Amino acid sequence: MCPRKQESNLMTIKKIATTIAISLISSSVWAGCAFENNTELKSLTAGFDSWKAVTEAMAECGNVTSTLDQDFKDVQADAFAANPSLYQIGGANNSAFSILVNAGTIRPLDDLVAKYGSHLKPSQLIKVNGQVMAIAMQVNNQHLMYRSDILKDLGIAVPTTYDEVLAAAKKMKSYNLVDYPIGGTYKTGWNLGEEFINNYLGNGGSFFGEGNAPSINNATGVATLNTMKSLTEYMDPEYLVSDSTYVQQQFQQGKIAMANLWATRAGAMDNAEESEVVGLVKMASAPSGSARASSTNWWDGLVLAKNMTDEQADAAFRVVMEGIDTEMVLANNDDAVWLVDGYVAGAAAGGAIATANNGAAPYPSSLPGMGAMHSALGNGVAAFLTGVKDAATTLADIEAAYTIAATEAGLM
Amino acid sequence: MNPKTFSAFIGPSIVMMILFIALPLASVLKQSFYVTQPVYEILEVETCTPNFTGQVCVVDIKTIPKIGENGIVETKTKFVGFLNYQNVLEFPRVITAIANNSWQQFMTIDFWKALRFTLSFTLITLPLVLFLGLVIALCINNVAKSIRGPVIFISLLPMIITPVIGALAIRWLFIGDGILTAFLEWWLMRDIAMFAQAWTLELMMMFYRVWHVAPFAAIVFYAALQTVNQDTVESAIIDGASRWQKLRYVILPHLMPLIVFVTLIHLMDSYRVFEEVVGFSSQAHVISLQWLTYDFLMLDQSGNRSISRASASAMLTMIGIILLLIPVLRGVWIDYKGKRL
Repeated sequence: MCPRKQESNLMTIKKIATTIAISLISSSVWAGCAFENNTELKSLTAGFDSWKAVTEAMAECGNVTSTLDQDFKDVQADAFAANPSLYQIGGANNSAFSILVNAGTIRPLDDLVAKYGSHLKPSQLIKVNGQVMAIAMQVNNQHLMYRSDILKDLGIAVPTTYDEVLAAAKKMKSYNLVDYPIGGTYKTGWNLGEEFINNYLGNGGSFFGEGNAPSINNATGVATLNTMKSLTEYMDPEYLVSDSTYVQQQFQQGKIAMANLWATRAGAMDNAEESEVVGLVKMASAPSGSARASSTNWWDGLVLAKNMTDEQADAAFRVVMEGIDTEMVLANNDDAVWLVDGYVAGAAAGGAIATANNGAAPYPSSLPGMGAMHSALGNGVAAFLTGVKDAATTLADIEAAYTIAATEAGLM
Repeated sequence: MNPKTFSAFIGPSIVMMILFIALPLASVLKQSFYVTQPVYEILEVETCTPNFTGQVCVVDIKTIPKIGENGIVETKTKFVGFLNYQNVLEFPRVITAIANNSWQQFMTIDFWKALRFTLSFTLITLPLVLFLGLVIALCINNVAKSIRGPVIFISLLPMIITPVIGALAIRWLFIGDGILTAFLEWWLMRDIAMFAQAWTLELMMMFYRVWHVAPFAAIVFYAALQTVNQDTVESAIIDGASRWQKLRYVILPHLMPLIVFVTLIHLMDSYRVFEEVVGFSSQAHVISLQWLTYDFLMLDQSGNRSISRASASAMLTMIGIILLLIPVLRGVWIDYKGKRL
């Protein structure tokens, strides 16, 4: 009740609310690790299945404490900027990596790669100006997941464009086979922003003009918004609170029939402990917009903090090598599209690779204004979907919000 | 008490308050007039990343922050006057909305949208909390002494639960086909989506806040009920006062100072409504002032935060609370002066 107490808690509240944090502490050394680690190490990564597999494999070396947090990005930059760094090992994707490189808080890995990483594939070495700064372990994108049984029953071909998705949804609705024909990660904020970015890039749009000025208020932007709105008509009316996990569960419980969802969520469909639709959900390329597949390619990998001793870095790198070794991949082959040697492209990978082949763009994290743009989109698109604003006003307001944020950050 | 003893008692808390309240507040105030930006440099950078077919290397001309000799990103800070406040309040858009005479347009501006909800949330929950608190207190006071302990314990439970956890618990009761939504759907024989429109969300948020705070009001009122002058109550009964008259003319006047106290606390607390927005993920429909400050503070995809706007927004929240408290404090002051005369 004390009015002051809550203020100090402010920063941690979201974390508590949305975190799925699992700490794995392993004191015993397993046969799964090639060496016995005696250095205390901590890692901070995202929390989806492939990270669970990697952190469990790292824990086998002993003295590794892992924090798995879907919102890791909110704390990672500050934790790595501390001296000594609060975590030695970090999980990163395109955008988290850009932040860390720009802040100069991760260390070049060339010497360690030479010493312990000669088996790594060239594609795993993320380089900036020739220096290895991260070790990639998997690639990821959003692709179409669909209930093959329903499509077959209704005699619908696998949709390749959003018009076909909408037509299929209409037919499903008339037969009333599922609660909602379409699912979508439309949760306001990051997820909704990401969906707009997918569709806008799919329609061939570009986000910025000269000098980081925004350029989304155009015909492509309007078309993108209209497609998104048409899709929401076939979704659970609570789509503005559905994140990846929620959509995954809707699939598993047989409530939805199609969704553009992350490749890392594909494995969960056949997990008999959670899923009622084992073997029924199949993957295909993300539906295409007018230009290319409406999806973005991401990579996930590991980085080491700059602010730690060389001995710690040495141990941390060896642990990382154990975490993403072939043994781990063989045990968890279907959890991701691994880049690691030994990976056999399974059924789940087909959709992701087809999406990439249909021209899906990499997430444009290297554009300096992308962060402010993503936030402005994530907060702004909902007003159009709920019918508060028309498309042009929505886009103009998003541009205005972006301009204020980018100006404050010194980008314009 | 002599001044020396008095200052010895009060000194430590004054020091603490200066250290942990006044100084941070002053620094936020200062920050709201400044903008800090990294020093950017434009460089050619070669980046090699994996995609599904192999490795792709691209050379880009990039705007990237300059890292200084100490290994930390160089920044520059400049004074911008009231620019941050303008960016939060967005007066040009307010003027356009007023010129168009459009409430809907006015409600698309973040700050004013948040202010609308924050005020209505505060002012609607206040009477409900006071009323429900009083009812619970009277109920506790009237149950048999032997079971009073357990009854107090149970009625205090909502207050003990951590706010975010409580909000999440209510969320899970209602989201999707949650237990209570499923029950309502069965009861009313229709499809219900509690998280799909603003008014149901606001209703749930207010319900949650009243549920959470009423026990606090109840326990304060219950304590005060123990000190009601029994002679006055008895003489009122002898004079033939009804139950209602007894409450209206004897008990309520006795509770008045504490009603004011609970009002003050509740106004301060609920003006900073935040857990509900996060717990119910209501950002798409409903936002509060405190959430707006938090959103400015959060790191975006490129690692930037709008600290300056967050400071301005925090100062505006504080000004709002002070404005809201003035009428109540004025009442207390007049009352106090009246008693001294």
